[in-house]
Amino acid sequence: MSSAWEVVIGLEIHAQLATSSKIFSGASTAYGAEPNTQACLVDLGYPGVLPVLNEEVVRMATKFGLAVNATVAPRSVFARKNYFYPDLPKGYQISQFELPIVEHGELFITDADGNEKRIGITRAHLEEDAGKSVHEGFEQSSGIDLNRTGTPLLEIVSEPDLRSAKEAIAYMRKIHTIVRYLGISDGNMQEGSFRCDANVSVRPRGQEELGTRSELKNLNSFRFIEKAINFEIERQIELIEDGGEVVQETRLYDSVKDETRSMRSKEEANDYRYFPDPDLLPVEIDAAYIEAVRETLPELPAARQQRFVADYGLREEDAGILVAVRAFADFFEEVVAATQGKAQGVANFIIGDLAGALNRDGLDIEQSPVSTAAVAGLLDRIKDNTISGKIAKEVFEAMWAGEGTADEIIDAKGLKQITDSSAIEAIVNKVIEANPGQVAEYKAGKDKLIGFFVGQVMKETGGKANPGQVNQILKQKLG
Amino acid sequence: MSRDLHTQTLTELAAGLERGDFTSVELIENLLGRIDRHDAALNAFVTVTAERALEAAKSADEARLAGKAGVLNGLPLVHKDIFCTRDVLTTCGSRMLENFISPYDATIVERLAGAGAVVLGKTNMDEFAMGSSNETSYFGPVKNPWDLECSPGGSSGGSAAAVAARLAPAATGTDTGGSIRQPAALTGTVGLKPTYGRVSRYGMIAFASSLDQAGVITRSSADAALLLGVMAGFDERDSTCIDHPVPDYTAALSQSLEGLRVGVVKQHFDDGLDEQTGTAVRDALAVLEANGAVLTEVDMPNLDLSVPTYYVVAPAECSSNLSRFDGVRFGHRADNPEDLLDLYCRSRGEGFGAEVKRRIMTGTYVLSAGYYDAYYLKAQQVRHLIADDFHKAFENVDVIAGPTAPTPAFKLGDKTDDPITMYLNDIYTIGANLAGLPGMSTPCGFVDGLPVGLHLVGPHWGEETLLRCAHQYEQLTDWHSACPEDFS
Repeated sequence: MSSAWEVVIGLEIHAQLATSSKIFSGASTAYGAEPNTQACLVDLGYPGVLPVLNEEVVRMATKFGLAVNATVAPRSVFARKNYFYPDLPKGYQISQFELPIVEHGELFITDADGNEKRIGITRAHLEEDAGKSVHEGFEQSSGIDLNRTGTPLLEIVSEPDLRSAKEAIAYMRKIHTIVRYLGISDGNMQEGSFRCDANVSVRPRGQEELGTRSELKNLNSFRFIEKAINFEIERQIELIEDGGEVVQETRLYDSVKDETRSMRSKEEANDYRYFPDPDLLPVEIDAAYIEAVRETLPELPAARQQRFVADYGLREEDAGILVAVRAFADFFEEVVAATQGKAQGVANFIIGDLAGALNRDGLDIEQSPVSTAAVAGLLDRIKDNTISGKIAKEVFEAMWAGEGTADEIIDAKGLKQITDSSAIEAIVNKVIEANPGQVAEYKAGKDKLIGFFVGQVMKETGGKANPGQVNQILKQKLG
Repeated sequence: MSRDLHTQTLTELAAGLERGDFTSVELIENLLGRIDRHDAALNAFVTVTAERALEAAKSADEARLAGKAGVLNGLPLVHKDIFCTRDVLTTCGSRMLENFISPYDATIVERLAGAGAVVLGKTNMDEFAMGSSNETSYFGPVKNPWDLECSPGGSSGGSAAAVAARLAPAATGTDTGGSIRQPAALTGTVGLKPTYGRVSRYGMIAFASSLDQAGVITRSSADAALLLGVMAGFDERDSTCIDHPVPDYTAALSQSLEGLRVGVVKQHFDDGLDEQTGTAVRDALAVLEANGAVLTEVDMPNLDLSVPTYYVVAPAECSSNLSRFDGVRFGHRADNPEDLLDLYCRSRGEGFGAEVKRRIMTGTYVLSAGYYDAYYLKAQQVRHLIADDFHKAFENVDVIAGPTAPTPAFKLGDKTDDPITMYLNDIYTIGANLAGLPGMSTPCGFVDGLPVGLHLVGPHWGEETLLRCAHQYEQLTDWHSACPEDFS
């Protein structure tokens, strides 16, 4: 990327709120039902029906506002965004326009130089989702599935504070973590419950005025967002450097071709004719309500990371990895409470072995076949020298396969560490006798050969000898 | 005896049923017979639900025998065709909904049925309630029972004509700018539009959501009180319906006029008012005064702004409310559309009539980027000024009285080419909608054989005062009992 250009990015994230019913009707929001089985008369926009606000979404938006240090508006207003589309039954979307429920928030990311950087959150507003047009499987026509119609969304709009695709991803991951911590969205990107549009522009470094932006639509994985933004940055810079001009337009990212292409220009854009929805009263929130919601807030990731460093002595980076997913951090704390082992060791185990196994089998931590108590039991055996860290991996694999607790597996497989000095000494003697050449080399100053001798002893004991003791005895014997 | 059942008010019929003078089945048969004989001349009905009505009457008679009679048990009424009625055609006077069978009942339909009322049919109306003469209906204009060449007013013209012609003792209606009160005045019936939020709008096809309110057309204020008591009250399905206690409206009727402070708006008697209509209204005010009411002149300086304000706000809301009629899920759908745009354009082009299109275009214009501030926002500000005029007036008076409409019924076809003159017909009634206030019209005389209405407006939740004032006036006069000759 040419350093003569500065990239400016703002994100509009749509987080689907995890309510059981829709934002303005009692129909279910469950994902994956047969088409048009979860749309009631209100969702279908039948003549005479009226919307009634689901109180739960107000609570959720308030939680989000508090979590990003924003102002929760004492009065917000639903407005109609008017346009015709077959998957928009009423011919308007109920959203918030001039008076959104959340404004002036912020969060902090780490930039490329490792410094903390503030990203402003302009606003977050409540709105209903539209249905889905299905173009495959119909001849000469399209299908409409209105199950998603009326699903509650929180649209979170950032300031144009992001300066690279990497920063955009870091910001989006933070938002993703926050909404899941708050329990207000499942953040499932495959199902579309967490997606984003990106406004991207470039300007000559040092220039105050913003360049013309394009809006990238419907980005639904972190990987695609990064690729789409980077493609778009390159496209705009090349275009300008070749003497062209960026036009304001909406572009779609094609993940197969890895490119963005024009969807509609500004001239073709709708005039949405926003006006306050006369069917809904303004949402009025008082300070007592906000305080009551504040009391229900969980500890948020940033604070929890700091606490993990301060209280458990974790490395900052490891603490960051653990808190990124609330269930991981919870798992960590449960194990720490139950084991004699050190917290950093617990963190290493969870980030390394456990996360690896989950990843391999495509499981969430909530689905882990090994419980926190079982992990604590395993780590205790390392701590009390019953097994080595290396054997622990073998024990863990057996636990993962459902073969029992750490103790049962250690017993059944005879994996108990050899800590009897005389037994280790006998094996050490045997190894020294069998390798006179290496002994001579070692004594001549080739210190690195100690590793060879340790390996030989371990081989003889099936890895069960206590590595510390082996080292000590070897050094003693080899002089 | 059963031959004069049609002349009785709801209250009288309720007493007769209770005494066992006649059954609900006899009553319903009588009225269905009259509809059969007379409606061809009036065109007041879009749908007559004879079979369902007889079934319901039979059930009502059984319920009475079983001691389970609701307050409206076995009593007939008709619904304006703007209210959704389950399994029955609900057209809203439009080709767009010519074949629309609603899958659900409006809240008020449910409540009235729950109290035992028997529905005779659905009444004709201006298309989507947009009109003041009933001439915009896809199903043809309704005729005024007092002169079949005249309009019954609108948009609840079918309801008003049916009640005036004694085809039904009572009807539901809706009022966005005068659509209950103006036709009541033009047909010599009683019309009541409650406070905005008093009656649920759920299941009432929306015209202008911030102005629409359901009400009734009857032949006496006592009947209006009886029905309002059933219809009013909180409904969790309508966010704009207010949880305010429902008083006993009937109990409020008997209080005399003594000491009632009646405001008379000086601007109401300006040039726009027909002279003889003005005389009839002044006479009515004199009757109120002679019986204890205290008349006070009140100033409504922004009254002349109410029509232009209304014709920005109402079209704006309707342009959005009517977007759902797109030919995709229900309602009229053009044959063999070439593509999506063609489907939209032709379905809506064919489904909507000229007045509806005019308002959709006006509304789309005033909400458009660059015009919003100058029109919609400005109109909302003026709306506050008009509401303030009323609030100031109600610091000194209990009720405001004046003419309901500037003239008696006009000839069908007279104003169809001139929308502005037509719009001015609602000049006295629109203010109450803009301010969300309750309003009523009760008969107060005749001009050349055509009825004139006395208009009453009250403060928020002032229905009891309006009903009391109108009821007391009806005890002192006979205008509300007059029956058009051809329908006696």
